[in-house]
Amino acid sequence: MLSSKIKSNKIEFGSCNKDLLEEIIFYGMGLGADFVEIFLENNDNAGVLAEEDHITSVSPSFGRGAGIRIFKDKRDGFVSTNELSKHGLMRALSQAIEMLDITDKNNREVFNGLNEHKDYTLSKKTWIDEVPSIHEISEKLLVSTNSLKKNNKIITRKGSYSRNLQEVIIASSDGTYASDIRLHQTVGLNVIASDAQYRSNGSRRFGSSGMPNEFRYWDHEKAANDVIESSMNMLYADYVEAGQMPVVLANKFGGVIFHEACGHLLETTQIERGTTPFHNKLNEKIAHESVTAIDEGISEGSFGSLSVDDEGMEPEKSVLIKEGILKKFISDRAGELRTGHKRTGSGRRQNYSFAAASRMRNTYIAKGEYSKEDLINSISDGLYCKSMGGGSVGATGQFNFAVEEGYLIKNGKLTSPVKGATLIGEAKEVMPKISMCGNDLELAPGFCGSISGSVNVTVGQPHIKVDSITVGGR
Amino acid sequence: MNSRKITTQISKAADSLNLKKWDYGASLSNDYSVQVDKGEAKQLKASQKQILTLRVWNESNLVGITTTSDLSESGIKKALNQANIASDFGNKNESTEFSPLSKDPINVKDVKKRYPAGIKKLLTLLREAEVKLLDSHESIKSVPYNGLSESFYERVYANSDGAFRSYSKSQAALYLYARAEEKEKKPRSSGSVKLGYGVDDIDIESCIKDASNKTVSHLNYSSIKTNKYLICFSPDSFLTIINAFSSMFNARSILDGVSLSNKNSIGEQLSTEALNIYDDGLHEKNISSSPFDGEGTPTKRLCIINKGKIENFIHSESTARIFKTIPTGHAGLGSKVSVSPDWIVVEKSKENYDLKTSLDHSTYEGEFVYIEELNAIHAGVRASQGSFSLPFDGWLYKNGEKISIESATVAGDIKYLLKNIVNIESNEEVTTSGISPHIWVDELSITGDA
Repeated sequence: MLSSKIKSNKIEFGSCNKDLLEEIIFYGMGLGADFVEIFLENNDNAGVLAEEDHITSVSPSFGRGAGIRIFKDKRDGFVSTNELSKHGLMRALSQAIEMLDITDKNNREVFNGLNEHKDYTLSKKTWIDEVPSIHEISEKLLVSTNSLKKNNKIITRKGSYSRNLQEVIIASSDGTYASDIRLHQTVGLNVIASDAQYRSNGSRRFGSSGMPNEFRYWDHEKAANDVIESSMNMLYADYVEAGQMPVVLANKFGGVIFHEACGHLLETTQIERGTTPFHNKLNEKIAHESVTAIDEGISEGSFGSLSVDDEGMEPEKSVLIKEGILKKFISDRAGELRTGHKRTGSGRRQNYSFAAASRMRNTYIAKGEYSKEDLINSISDGLYCKSMGGGSVGATGQFNFAVEEGYLIKNGKLTSPVKGATLIGEAKEVMPKISMCGNDLELAPGFCGSISGSVNVTVGQPHIKVDSITVGGR
Repeated sequence: MNSRKITTQISKAADSLNLKKWDYGASLSNDYSVQVDKGEAKQLKASQKQILTLRVWNESNLVGITTTSDLSESGIKKALNQANIASDFGNKNESTEFSPLSKDPINVKDVKKRYPAGIKKLLTLLREAEVKLLDSHESIKSVPYNGLSESFYERVYANSDGAFRSYSKSQAALYLYARAEEKEKKPRSSGSVKLGYGVDDIDIESCIKDASNKTVSHLNYSSIKTNKYLICFSPDSFLTIINAFSSMFNARSILDGVSLSNKNSIGEQLSTEALNIYDDGLHEKNISSSPFDGEGTPTKRLCIINKGKIENFIHSESTARIFKTIPTGHAGLGSKVSVSPDWIVVEKSKENYDLKTSLDHSTYEGEFVYIEELNAIHAGVRASQGSFSLPFDGWLYKNGEKISIESATVAGDIKYLLKNIVNIESNEEVTTSGISPHIWVDELSITGDA
């Protein structure tokens, strides 16, 4: 039994808190809640910025807090606080109960105490000592920005690093009781190239989950060369001419379009709102038969991987679309309650101040059978999008994405670089037009902002061909 | 914990660690919000937040920083320790000091604060608003994005030189985003946001009316032919563009080499002489106004563009020192202090200039594109290059008809846009991000589906 004989009146990370957590949950259920969930967080973060040949910012931060959520019928009340004493947590819970105005003291569910503690922290407790020191990070960032000096048209050089170490405890009235430690590290390089009236930007970002030593193995020379090459290729590029055309989207971060334009529409939060055109399309064809799409949280080291989600469920591998047929939605606890789609281990939140919601993890289009050249050779007049910028998706599904690095395709060959391109479309119309998938699947880290804050994700795909899409330009 | 107590604790802890020079900024807040779904409460939220950012100067006068939500005695001590360690990595090439204006008088009397309305009232008001919006037009089928919130917060700045300033404030916000559907047509969405010092200050009826009118007006939609068009920017969309390219007036961005301007750009003619732009954080219509910035510098009205020429840059303490001027009240509080605008006010200058005054969005009968709202700013703006390519909601006015544009982007260059302003209408409108009249620009590229 993990139950401690010494009752504590305060949450202690790394210790047993079972009695206190059970007491709080019993209290909430006694007041009529159908479900009570407690999410506790202790975080330790650091950021370092190198500009030109100097470290210009070192910004550590730390904190702790709790997010308490209760459900009554299909309503939920959520309260967050920085006060982790018994009194503070009870007060937050009472506030949640009061907000929901619970008068019916009959629960739909019964609380039988917390299950055996699932401790995912055991192999992770040394991470904080293994991550590189600020001194080591600074040294490597300065070497990296120095590597960007290779071209005299580069006028601005930046390297940045961030580390987020999050220790969490999750306990809820269905017996869930789990602890985990998450470590995310990212490092990026950015440049501005300039020559007379011409200007271009270049950037690359890398990230990992777990793997405290990963930054030490980061190949900064390769990253610097990539960034320089990209910015120099785009420096004298002409603006693309707008129009409808076939495009080839590169692998890795090219997957951001699938993530934004289609992935979000497969989250149960969108079904709840009635804002996805796919809500009633389960087992129907929504994409070209060449498209199989997956969302999972289990690839080792990938930026969106988790040992356990923020609702205490181990993540699963979800095949969202199989050969064009919609097979599954991405679901969390509220999603299961309100839409009936089973949880997928996708309940995620930025931190304790957000209620968890159904969110993507590592989301990608599976590899196909073609080479990149096959895709390009199949186009007589189109656009190759080598590097994608950010984008947005409107409330009715239209998306817009900036192309950071693009090249015209003429007669099956890549020709001149072009800038200012934007891809405009609607998932429902574009998904059936993904007619060829390459055999070179790769993943890229990113941050996804949505209803439960900014979470770490991976996007990915092989090279893909879209038969026709609107390209915005000048 | 109150702000005086925090200051005393920091002072004591700093003494015990032999740290002579420090400052801090803190924010203590209580927030409440509700969302509804077809008359039912969906999610009700409350949060108590406390954030403290501490800076410490070491013996070499280098600065280190730490941010924490742990305001316990041990948390504050740990934060001071971490900041002291971080100061070893302080920027040797650009020093940071206390703002010379951090003890100047500020006016906190006008800072408005209301009493909490409470979750139940928020819920009742939002339920009623949702029902009214759904009833306002048969095509409006749902209000998928909605929320009513109120926030009560205290902001503090203090330093080891005796500066101390704080204010308490409240703010409420209502947003209603409706979705309209008609047979054989794509669904259309639009919405409205209203702010107030408290829930009772929010004009709920006007928010419902705006959301309904906007959403319904987009039902009659069509694709637009890719071409160059005469453009009329709504006040909101023009302010969005100015804010997106505010690095042109930002001394921090200039020093970092990511601005289109340089140190010598003061006096550069950017636009028609009819254009004036101010940053006016203390404007009476600015619900989010703050009497001081992250470094404790008083907020004030500053002329940025005067008769089309750059008149001033916005500054922090360190950028002002480098530019040999005074801080302007636009600083954040960080290891590297950020600089950002508060509340942009666009005005037509008083003299008469060569504007095409016949261009008025409510009477002009020629062809033009009206840009109501720009989207995806984070993705479509290249501030360091001056270019933008942005999706928008708007209409094509042609032959006396107003047709909603189905899906399109507007692309161009900020310097070209400013140079090609052909009219500034006389009536200014207050938005959530500033004040501006409608602005007309000749010949910008629109990409549509057709």
